[in-house]
Amino acid sequence: MTQGMLLRQITDHANRADPYPLYAELRKTPVSQQGDALFVVSTYWEIKSLLHDPRISSDARNLSPQAAGALPQQEEETTALPPAFLKLDPPEHDRLRRMTMHPFGPPHTPRRVHNMHGELARIVSDLIDGFGDRDQVDLVDNFSYPFPVTVICRLLGIPREDEARFHSWADTIAASLDPDPDQDPGERLRVTQQARTELGMYLSGLIDERRGAPGDDMLSALVTDHGPDGQMTPIEVLSTAALLLIAGHETTVNLITNGMLTLLRNPDVLKRLRDEPRLAVPLVEELLRFEPPVQLLPQRTTLADIDIAGTTIPKGASVWLVLASGNRDPQRFLDPDRFDPDRKDNQHLGFGSGIHNCFGAPLARLEAQLALTELARRLDNPRLLEDPPPYRQNAVLRGPRHLNIAFDGFRA
Amino acid sequence: MASDGFLEWMRREGRIVIVGASLAGLRAAETLREEGFTGSLTLIGDEPYEPYDRPPLSKQVLLGKATADRTALPRRMALDANWRLGVAATGLDMAAKRVRLADGDEVEYDRLLIATGVHARPWPHEAEADLDGVFVLRTRDDSAGLHRRLMAAPRRVLVIGAGFTGSEIASACRERGLPVTVAERAAAPLVGALGGVVGQAAAELQREHGVDLRCGIMVTGLEGDSAGRLRSAHLSDGTTIDADVAVVSLGATRNTAWLAESGLGAGPRGIACDAGCRAFDVRGIVTDDIFVAGDVARSPHALFGYQFLSLEHWGNAVAQAEIAAHNMISASSDRRPHLWVPAFWSSQFGVSIKSVGVPSLGEEVLIAQGSLAERRFTGVYGYQGRVIAAVTFDQTKWLEFYQRQIETAAPFPPAFPTVDRRPEGLRPVPADFPDPSLPTHGPSVTLSGYSPTDRRITFTPARA
Ligand SMILES: Cc1cc2nc3c(=O)[nH]c(=O)nc-3n(C[C@H](O)[C@H](O)[C@H](O)COP(=O)(O)OP(=O)(O)OC[C@H]3O[C@@H](n4cnc5c(N)ncnc54)[C@H](O)[C@@H]3O)c2cc1C
Repeated sequence: MTQGMLLRQITDHANRADPYPLYAELRKTPVSQQGDALFVVSTYWEIKSLLHDPRISSDARNLSPQAAGALPQQEEETTALPPAFLKLDPPEHDRLRRMTMHPFGPPHTPRRVHNMHGELARIVSDLIDGFGDRDQVDLVDNFSYPFPVTVICRLLGIPREDEARFHSWADTIAASLDPDPDQDPGERLRVTQQARTELGMYLSGLIDERRGAPGDDMLSALVTDHGPDGQMTPIEVLSTAALLLIAGHETTVNLITNGMLTLLRNPDVLKRLRDEPRLAVPLVEELLRFEPPVQLLPQRTTLADIDIAGTTIPKGASVWLVLASGNRDPQRFLDPDRFDPDRKDNQHLGFGSGIHNCFGAPLARLEAQLALTELARRLDNPRLLEDPPPYRQNAVLRGPRHLNIAFDGFRA
Repeated sequence: MASDGFLEWMRREGRIVIVGASLAGLRAAETLREEGFTGSLTLIGDEPYEPYDRPPLSKQVLLGKATADRTALPRRMALDANWRLGVAATGLDMAAKRVRLADGDEVEYDRLLIATGVHARPWPHEAEADLDGVFVLRTRDDSAGLHRRLMAAPRRVLVIGAGFTGSEIASACRERGLPVTVAERAAAPLVGALGGVVGQAAAELQREHGVDLRCGIMVTGLEGDSAGRLRSAHLSDGTTIDADVAVVSLGATRNTAWLAESGLGAGPRGIACDAGCRAFDVRGIVTDDIFVAGDVARSPHALFGYQFLSLEHWGNAVAQAEIAAHNMISASSDRRPHLWVPAFWSSQFGVSIKSVGVPSLGEEVLIAQGSLAERRFTGVYGYQGRVIAAVTFDQTKWLEFYQRQIETAAPFPPAFPTVDRRPEGLRPVPADFPDPSLPTHGPSVTLSGYSPTDRRITFTPARA
């Protein structure tokens, strides 16, 4: 099979449920050229090294015209927001990320995530209570989807009464990341744009409010903080908030859903988690290796010719880093296709690495740990109704669209 | 006895003695057990404490974020070993394979690992060093004592020497709001380790944080009051500084005095060993049964022209201890070289500083990313047309890349563009290291006798 065909197979929805044999095939050529200006990197050490390589840019403006043309048409954010730091290089990236980190994590706000523990646990248990007297649910719609959106609302300081509106914008925008071949693209673009615009207007209203009367939420901090880097402009606050919303959301849904799916396929581990909740920590790490919610990073380009693994990636090429493949590289992980929560030395690529490594990782970890522990504890005899479940279209943010499960009732 | 028969026996019931029960000693002991050594294992340490971690002593402990007695090193496993703590090794009989202890005891070994580290170089005038308020910082006790004194709100702290430890102490003082003066003989802090270009950035960093930094200056004397308490310090420019605490941070000396006359190649600059951590004797012949690891070792590194490097780096102590332990119980064909690329970290004035390679070998430095003025940058050092080291101020995440550049002897200056390259990063500048005062390190020897069978070596260690 040629490498070019492989990539097409990976993006083909028919293979979404189990892309791992294709990744194994891909790893036979650690760095492979696919078409004129696209290079796919599939092995652990090569991905790791490129993630730390300052000759790699995240800014699409550095793509050669040829590479830019060859890229699958990405739906660009059509609101006039400047790119968030995810799509920028240092020093702008560093500055914006630092300013965002200031109210979120160490060293300035080391306890923000930790302090959300109680609140997250309440949201989780409310959602499970919300299953009512059903003995069968779609875990995606009823749990893994609403959970992160509610969390991001609390984090940003979206008032409770606005959460419902916020949820529906978030859903629409998230859905747009997940191309659906059956839907009319023009119509979808229109709906998405409208949601973006409404969300943007809503957020700018809220930002103005917070400037006048700050609370202890992140949005207030972003508009009032005066760190060594100065203050974010209103438009920067807006694009950052939008980034937090989208990135902190689509990914966690998949982490939790993939997690429950994997647990249901490994009932011994599910049982262990019920008996020893502390297993949640290494378990989530192993999930991030085994079924990473972000399967590949398609947004990198080269600033210079780079020689790697016997291949020269020319300047201006588009580089795809297949994190999920690196995570299953037998050169790096023993018995990589085995799900093993006791795995030692688990330096997976689930959150990426280098300067763009996942900003929300501490929150995502905590969300997944709490969600899975509580599902394991509360649901009596849970089981899969469909295996494999139906998957989303998206090959990058990969996860089930539905996860129908049955159970015999609830434990206290 | 066939040599693999000996090795079998050695692994099963041999006696291994480790002198120096700190980072390198502990990690070596753990590695020995992990690799299946079941014989007797003795750890000798002159400090009364179980192995503890030193980096926090000049950072978190002085800030009160950790206490000195809570820096015990985490154990990788329950260790089956005889601990002889609070007793120093005082001598080595290589022929009889015995270590002498301060309490008169002797311990026999089949294999010996020396991991005695270094001690802080004391203030040279003994009477002045004894003044109440004069400190060095190497041990748990040093750190606890200094912390107690900082808590008592001294009027001013004087730090003598602006290497890493001195700079970290100054940083902790400023974070506590204490007035601090730093006196440094060189033109800037950290010059010895990182050169003058990066040193200038460190100097600005200190001044920005309110340090009274005096460079190009020496402390000529410390003066106490009638009760023996430090009161002031005299500087070589004729000025005097009132200070009730002084921390002497003038570098370290290897703990090798106990090996004098043992016949081992051990001097004030360390114990020379081969790449497999086997110690040399004074004749330059490698020993079979004595190994060294950590700060006390000096070992050749293939990547740096086989120069004998002595490193005071935490990571080096761990890596070298693991290699030494492995080699102690392995056949010669299974031995591994210590090929660790030197790496060091420090945190001071809110900045995380890390380096890889050997910056002090660098002739030129290029600010490859970021900017000196912003105190956020990656500096790459070049030596004879290749990349030899890199340092980052708050840009840790790029270091891995530059480490690979060093490992693959990549050309210097780097010819490629990178993200965040500024105009100042277009051309390398001289790295500006002080002239090394000594062209070579190490013990010196004199020869006597005329015929080849009769030639003898006399060991006359240079002063450190
Ligand atoms: C304040 C401070 C801050 C530091 N910060 C950093 C940092 O940020 N980053 C970094 O990379 N490194 C740092 N280091 C260096 C790091 O701690 C050392 O590299 C490391 O401790 C070396 O370990 P070692 O086991 O070789 O030697 P040591 O830790 O010095 O241990 C040697 C032990 O042997 C004992 N001993 C000596 N002679 C005898 C004898 N005759 N008999 C019995 N026992 C003896 C000593 O008392 C000591 O306990 C710091 C060091 C200090 C002191």
